[in-house]
Amino acid sequence: MTHTFVGMPAFPKAAHDAVRDTTLRGNLRHATHTIRAKRAKAVAELEDWERLREAGKQIKDHTLRHLDRYLVQLEESVTRAGGTVHWAADADEANRIVAGLVRATGEREVVKVKSMATQEIGLNEALAEEGITAYETDLAELIVQLGDDRPSHILVPAIHRNRGEIRDIFARTMSEWGRPAPDDLTDTPAELAEAARLHLREKFLRAKVGISGANFMVAETGTLVVVESEGNGRMCLTLPETLISVVGIEKLVPTWRDLEVFLQTLPRSSTAERMNPYTSMWTGTRDGLTGEGDGPRNFHLVLLDNGRTDTLADEVGRQALRCIRCSACLNVCPVYERAGGHAYGSVYPGPIGAILSPQLRGTASEIDASLPYASSLCGACYEVCPVAIDIPEVLVHLRERVVQGGPVTRRGAKVTLQPAKGHAAERAAMRAAAFAFTHPGALAAGQRLAARTRRFHPRRLPGPGRAWSDSRAVPKVPAEPFRDWWRRTRGETGGDR
Amino acid sequence: MSSRDVILNRIRRALNGSPGASDGPGGSGAPGAEEPVDRSYLTEHGARSTEETVELLAENLADYRAIVHRSDADGLAELLARLLAVRGARSVVVPPGLDASWLKAADPVRVHDRAELTPQQLDEVDSVVTGCAVAVAETGTIVLDGSPDQGRRRSTLVPDHHICVVRVPDQVVSSVPQALQRLDPVRPLTWISGPSATSDIELDRVEGVHGPRTLEVVLLSGA
Repeated sequence: MTHTFVGMPAFPKAAHDAVRDTTLRGNLRHATHTIRAKRAKAVAELEDWERLREAGKQIKDHTLRHLDRYLVQLEESVTRAGGTVHWAADADEANRIVAGLVRATGEREVVKVKSMATQEIGLNEALAEEGITAYETDLAELIVQLGDDRPSHILVPAIHRNRGEIRDIFARTMSEWGRPAPDDLTDTPAELAEAARLHLREKFLRAKVGISGANFMVAETGTLVVVESEGNGRMCLTLPETLISVVGIEKLVPTWRDLEVFLQTLPRSSTAERMNPYTSMWTGTRDGLTGEGDGPRNFHLVLLDNGRTDTLADEVGRQALRCIRCSACLNVCPVYERAGGHAYGSVYPGPIGAILSPQLRGTASEIDASLPYASSLCGACYEVCPVAIDIPEVLVHLRERVVQGGPVTRRGAKVTLQPAKGHAAERAAMRAAAFAFTHPGALAAGQRLAARTRRFHPRRLPGPGRAWSDSRAVPKVPAEPFRDWWRRTRGETGGDR
Repeated sequence: MSSRDVILNRIRRALNGSPGASDGPGGSGAPGAEEPVDRSYLTEHGARSTEETVELLAENLADYRAIVHRSDADGLAELLARLLAVRGARSVVVPPGLDASWLKAADPVRVHDRAELTPQQLDEVDSVVTGCAVAVAETGTIVLDGSPDQGRRRSTLVPDHHICVVRVPDQVVSSVPQALQRLDPVRPLTWISGPSATSDIELDRVEGVHGPRTLEVVLLSGA
């Protein structure tokens, strides 16, 4: 079973350990650099990329501004097509709903399409407690599940594993879950994919319940969209009698036409393809509107909040809800490339995770309070984002909230956050700076004192500044403050402006 | 209060005061013309003749490892018979509305796509032959919509070999926006761009996982 992230150390500690793992760094470097160049090429094919990006941003912002209305419209559309809509305010409620629906079928096993939402709520673990086995069927999720591991990337949860490691996991553990790996399995990707095909096929063919997420939900038609590559999604969406889709409320678009933007930007941003191999779109049940007997007889849609409405309440932070989970920001991030996904302590790693996790979960835990700092603010994530989320802007906003505290919304209620512990020195420095900058006399006196004592300055800072100067040179104080120099050289004409 | 109401109320409170959103306790205002989406992006990329668009489809299909063939109406039955024979197919799934003349020269046992067919039975079948709803040149995509010449979604999923016949140029569009316009969202839709593939091992694309590992596309002209 996939481990949860409870009790994760703060990002700096986890990253410190991860960067020493040379295999991990090699795997990540290889994978992220491969996809980076390909993505740039796929994007360059579309001369109107910037306009598509802007349209995607506008569609998502518009949807969020009218989210209540569009959700109600979606509910009507899905219901009309024979589906049943459930609403889950948090992870526990979503898990209870899904477990209840599976129990009602009498089945003890389900097949799953890769879904960030079900990872976020820990559905597999919750089902296991009810005696229900969930089989992950996406190749990377299978690698994670068989390896008793945690996901480290949004698109490719096993990105931290190389082919040799994958071979060993398959050879060792497939027999515990079903059909064993072939005896002569090598580490060529084609053979590994073949082993996964054989292992999962028996599960697909006998499955009575499928569980999925969705990339998009269309309010006006009630259509759900799942974008995938392998065909495991198609298996889970079409063969079972019952389909349960758990989807975050922000995955909504108002109209069918809106898909024309995202079906162009998502594949090129995520797998760097003109189009991913398979996209499935379905509206309700097999007997709903077409009556042609194709696909599941029962369809349940579980709409998940779990911190999304709290995020929506933050006027700066809400842009994170535009995310379409392409993972382009992970692949270009210098911090992600070196620290790896596990250090972020969440199913959402990388730059988007650094702004999404602290908003969905709040900043009460050490890991969540440290995530807004897991960035050099270089801005590469913003450049590649297909819905133009200004991740650096949100990071700075969240840092301010962690250090200074202030009003936030948690579980729908407005609360005032206390300043985080451990930032006392930073706050004291900011208060001193504020005093000095509003008192020119004090500033000038301090600067002159600093200049005169410069040869006594240490090369490493004492006290709380020590960690900062571990990896940085303390800047040299000039012999003369800038203001004094200005007055001395231009003072006659420039005055003290 | 139901969770539905809890969530909807949280949304309304979160949006309260945002520009263009709330118009009172009833919730956010009707999405109006005051905030249209700027759709100045292109409806297709590049200027091409009809023939060039079909050519681009063929190129992009092949780029993602679909095997492309061309035929006219007279040669189709023979071509399909040959493709199935080369594959060594002993059985082939036939959608209920497939043009009967297409498979008149083919040897494999016909398995008719019907509701009673179990996934296990379908797994025993070697190949499937279908038409399509629309094909997208810019992305090398064929789209199935479950019409009688295409059958249920599972019949093009479980067999390992799929032959899809595209009528050119009628069923070919340039772009994704044009394809969506032609499609009916109520129907079960499957967009297919090459055979099943994965990028899950070191972010490198490998063909052949759960869906049909061989995809052959016949561009049928003059039909």
